[in-house]
Parts: sequence; structure tokens; C-alpha cells
Amino acid sequence: MTLKHLSQGPSPVLLELKNLSKSFDGHQAVRSVNLQFYEGEIFALLGGSGCGKSTLLRMLSGFETLTEGKILLNGEDIAAIPPYRRPFNMMFQSYALFPHMTVEQNIAYGLKQDKLKKEDIAKRVDDMLKLVHMESFRLRKPSQLSGGQRQRVALARSLAKKPKLLLLDEPMGALDKKLRGEMQLELVDIIKQVGVTCVMVTHDQEEAMTMADRIAVMHAGEILQIGSPHDIYEYPNCRYVADFIGEVNLFGGHIAEEEPSYVVINVPNLVAPIYIDHGISGPGGERPVSVAVRPEKVRLSDQQPDEQYNWGKGIIDDLAYLGQHSIYHILLPDGQFIQVTQTNDKRRERPFELEQEIFVSWSPDSCVVLEE
Amino acid sequence: MRFSFSKMMLWLGLAFLYAPMLILIIYSFNESRLVTVWAGFSTKWYGELMRNDKLLDAVGNSLKIAFLAATASVVLGTLAAFVLARFKRFKGSTLLRGMITAPLVMPEVITGLSLLLLFVAMAQLVGWPASRGMTTIWIAHTTFCTAYVAVVVGSRLTEMDMSVEEAAQDLGATPVKVFFNITLPIITPALVSGWLLAFTLSLDDLVIASFVSGPGSTTLPMVVFSSVRLGVSPEINALATIIITLVTLLVFASWYYARRVEKSRIRDQLAAKES
Repeated sequence: MTLKHLSQGPSPVLLELKNLSKSFDGHQAVRSVNLQFYEGEIFALLGGSGCGKSTLLRMLSGFETLTEGKILLNGEDIAAIPPYRRPFNMMFQSYALFPHMTVEQNIAYGLKQDKLKKEDIAKRVDDMLKLVHMESFRLRKPSQLSGGQRQRVALARSLAKKPKLLLLDEPMGALDKKLRGEMQLELVDIIKQVGVTCVMVTHDQEEAMTMADRIAVMHAGEILQIGSPHDIYEYPNCRYVADFIGEVNLFGGHIAEEEPSYVVINVPNLVAPIYIDHGISGPGGERPVSVAVRPEKVRLSDQQPDEQYNWGKGIIDDLAYLGQHSIYHILLPDGQFIQVTQTNDKRRERPFELEQEIFVSWSPDSCVVLEE
Repeated sequence: MRFSFSKMMLWLGLAFLYAPMLILIIYSFNESRLVTVWAGFSTKWYGELMRNDKLLDAVGNSLKIAFLAATASVVLGTLAAFVLARFKRFKGSTLLRGMITAPLVMPEVITGLSLLLLFVAMAQLVGWPASRGMTTIWIAHTTFCTAYVAVVVGSRLTEMDMSVEEAAQDLGATPVKVFFNITLPIITPALVSGWLLAFTLSLDDLVIASFVSGPGSTTLPMVVFSSVRLGVSPEINALATIIITLVTLLVFASWYYARRVEKSRIRDQLAAKES
């Protein structure tokens, strides 16, 4: 973790994963994961396909056994408890509604397993239908519902038993793009209203950033970084995370000066060396590093900057005007392309043109050093 | 009407398939005792049929065996299909899969003969079954019908979304409860068609039943076959006509039902889109 440490709120730890591992026929799907989930937070496991995030979720729900490790719920190991006795409920990617039951019966199913009184079940079902705004659909079968409605029913069903932990498996995976944006915010609203702790799995970084309080980025069975969406975007701790979340320009270079309060890095691709206004962790000494700069942090100018640091020179190779903002691809002398996005917040009298020579620059606080 | 080659082939094909049955139905109303000579319209063979106890007994036997065999093979076939589709691969699961589907391709003569040998050996060793009859036919039919049911139910189970079962478990239902509350209702159509298939196969079987039957357990195909050897009696025609009528009615009923289900499915989808 870089500068800003993850903010450990006042909430107590609900669930702790200790050294969790899972291997299938010698292939390690999850490698000693350590995680803590705080009460009331929405936590996202983010990663590409095959990174182990789904396996991790299935271990939490109990459908996958552990090869090694512990799952501590309020300090008690629940790894050996079968899924039907865990106080967790899951919303499946396909929603997995029971096709032969009505909306009402779907929501009541979990409550019936607890042998609750009929009136209590009816009341709870009513509350749930109200919560997801599906009161008028109570007698419909899942086949008579649209995708968004099915998701609401699935959510109501998984919240009906007041689980200690709500698990969401690719919650927007079965919806079309238009619906996703709406449902993401609505889902967060409902989850926050209920106050349940929630762990979700997604491959969509935008979804994770919209919905989650904290994100863990996973790759090859390991957790690379845990932090708030802001931390992960602004202070990625390795190349993979920087690349996976959003667009990023990476410059290879060598550390020239290293002090507790600043670092200077020589980058052959740029005219001026990079200056970073904070110290970095690492072994110290002269070593190769990468510097990450987000496209929207780069400034463009046709005048040569008069600063000592943080600028370079290139040629506009490609540009796309998208109205709200423009995307530029700039070719540096040795063939590296960097991407720059500029908000079109004022009408430029003379916009930049293709093949034009251009200067790129950024401020000392907008780049991050990634150790090789 | 304009001559069209494809139309002609259609009618030829239909005639090839259905002309024999049509002739059979016509001759069932024949006055004459000789099957191939038309001697005027009459329904007397239907009356004769009602008085032929031997034939009616055989019909009763066949229906009873078919019903029991179909029921037993649905239970066994569903269990086998469930084990193969839902349990993690275990030692011998490939062998089990092969063994369950083997009766599908096994010649009936071999199945019948081997079951006969088994029953004889068992009678000598453990004294059961003491003689061959309804029970042995039932067991034999269950054996080969189970294979068909396992295939029909197995394909439904594999195409079923497993997360539905997981969701039920996740909501607190034990695996046994999940099977009865969730899996069974969802695969019911497959169970019904498996049962009907087994019923038909059992009703139709001549070879295996001939091997393992005993006194007093003559099934309908056996009676028909043996009476044909002595010359076809017009009663058989009458019986065949009744069976054809029943089957036709059943086929039309199931077609009508399937069409209604399909229509309501389309209506549901439209309703879902509008709301």
C-alpha cells in the first residue's frame, strides 16, 4: 500500500479470512488470501476471469470446500458448516429463481426453512416486496418478469432471512447495459437501507467503483491491493492494478535522487526527469521503476513548459473529439504512445491538430511510482 | 391442381406410413371371417372381442405390467440419472454410465435370454422367483426401461441451471429437501415423458416377455403374435383399431397441451417486456 492507508472505519470486523487457499487438481485457484470484512460495508472482489474471485465467493457461501485456511465469523471458524446452515445468503448471477414458484413463494422459501409462523412469513414477504418495489408482481412466475424485475426478486429473496452477510455474484451480469447503471445505484440504496454487510464479485471495474466501499483487486488467485475506489485508482501499488483499473501511461526509468520528501526519476522517453513530491517505499538505491500517470492528469500545450521537471515532447498521432472530452494519442520519440484525455471545458480557438508537435506535462502529485 | 414432384413424394410417403393401418382399420369392420376378403360392413368383431376372455386377460396383463414397470423404472432411472448428473466424479462413475445405457443397444434376444438364465439360476439357488410369471416380466421390463428413463431424465438434469439448486441450499434447505422441493418439480415433464416412454416400450415388448413369462402371464403382443401364426382373426384387427384410436387421441391431446404451454410462454415474455 502506498501513501494513504485504507481507512479502517469505526465498524468492527464481521468476517475474517485467514490464509484461505483452494486448489483444484494441483492448480491453485486461490492462494493464501487474508481479508477482513467490516460490518455494514460493501466489499467488491474485482478481477479478470479465472482470477479466483468466484471460487473465493463460493468458499464463503460454502459450496466450495477449503484446501487450507479459516473463515472466522465473529471469531468462530465456520469453514466446516454446510451452505444450508450458514447465516449467509447469495444472489446468483443467473438469479436462480425457482421457476415453478411465484414471486411470493420464492421470497418465502428461505423463511419456510426456518419454520417461522405463517403470519411472520407473510409479513416479512410483504416488507421485502415493498423494499424492492415489487408489490404488484407478487403472484407472477419468474418467466413473466423482465430482467430487472427478476433481479429485484432475487435480491428480496436473499435479504428475506436477514443474513449476516449478503453475497452478490456478478450482480449486473445478466442485465443489459442500459439497465446496469440504474440498478447499480438502486442496489446500493437497498443494501445500505437494510444495513447488511455485502461481498460482491465482479469483473467490471466501473461496477465495483460505483457500488463498493472497498475493493480488493485479485489476479491469479492472489489479492494484489485492497482499498477504497479512490485509493485503488489514484494509488495503485503495482502495474497490474494500475493497468486493470482505468487507463494508465507507464514510463520506465531509474531513480536518480531519493529523499523522504521527494523522488527524482530519469526517464529516457521524456525531456525533463520526473519529480514526485513524496517519498516512496522500497529497497532504496538506484533501481528501475515504472511511473504511472493517468491520461486525465496529463496537460497538453503547444508552448514548451518552463519547468525543470515532469514534461516531455511528442507528436499527436491520433485524436478523437468526443464532445465532452477528447482523447489524444501522442507518440514519444522512441515509439511509445501515451494517452491523454482533455475535458473540453472551454472552446479552444485553435484545437490541436494531427501530426502537430506537442508538449505533455503534469504536476508532481499526480504520478505514482510502481516498483518493478 | 398443378403437378408437383415434392407434393407427390409427400403423399407417397404418407401412404407408405399410414396405408397399412388404414387397411387394418377398414378390415376390422369386415363381415367375413377371412381377413383378406371383403364381405360387407359389420361391427360384429368388436362384439366378439368383448367376449374373448383370453385376449382381454392379455390386455389386462400387459397394462398392469406396463404400469408397474414404467413406475419402477422412473424411480430407478431418476436415481441413476441424478447420481450421474449431480455427484462429483467418483470411482466407477464412467463404468456406471456405460452400464446404465448398455441395455439401449443390447439386442433384446440377449437381454431376454440372460434374464431367463438369471431367474432360473436364482430359483435353484435361493428359491425365488419360484416360477416365472408376471413378476419376472415386470423385473425384466424394469431393467431395460430404466435405461431409457435414465437417458431422458439425465439430459433434463444436465441442462437444468444448477444454481437453482444451490440457491435453495443457500436459503437453508438440506440437499434432500432441495431434491423434493426444487429438482423434482422442475424435471417433472421429463419424468412424465420417461414414464410414457417406458410404458409404451413395455406394452410393445414381445421378445423379452416371451423369454421370462410363465403360465398365466401371457401379454398382449404374445397373444397377437401366436394367433397370427394360426391365421389372423378379425378380432385382432378390431383390437388394433381400438389401440390406434387411443394412441391417436393421446398424441393429439399432448400436441394440444404442448401448443398451449408454448403460447402461454410467448404471452409471458410479451407481458414481461411490456411491464
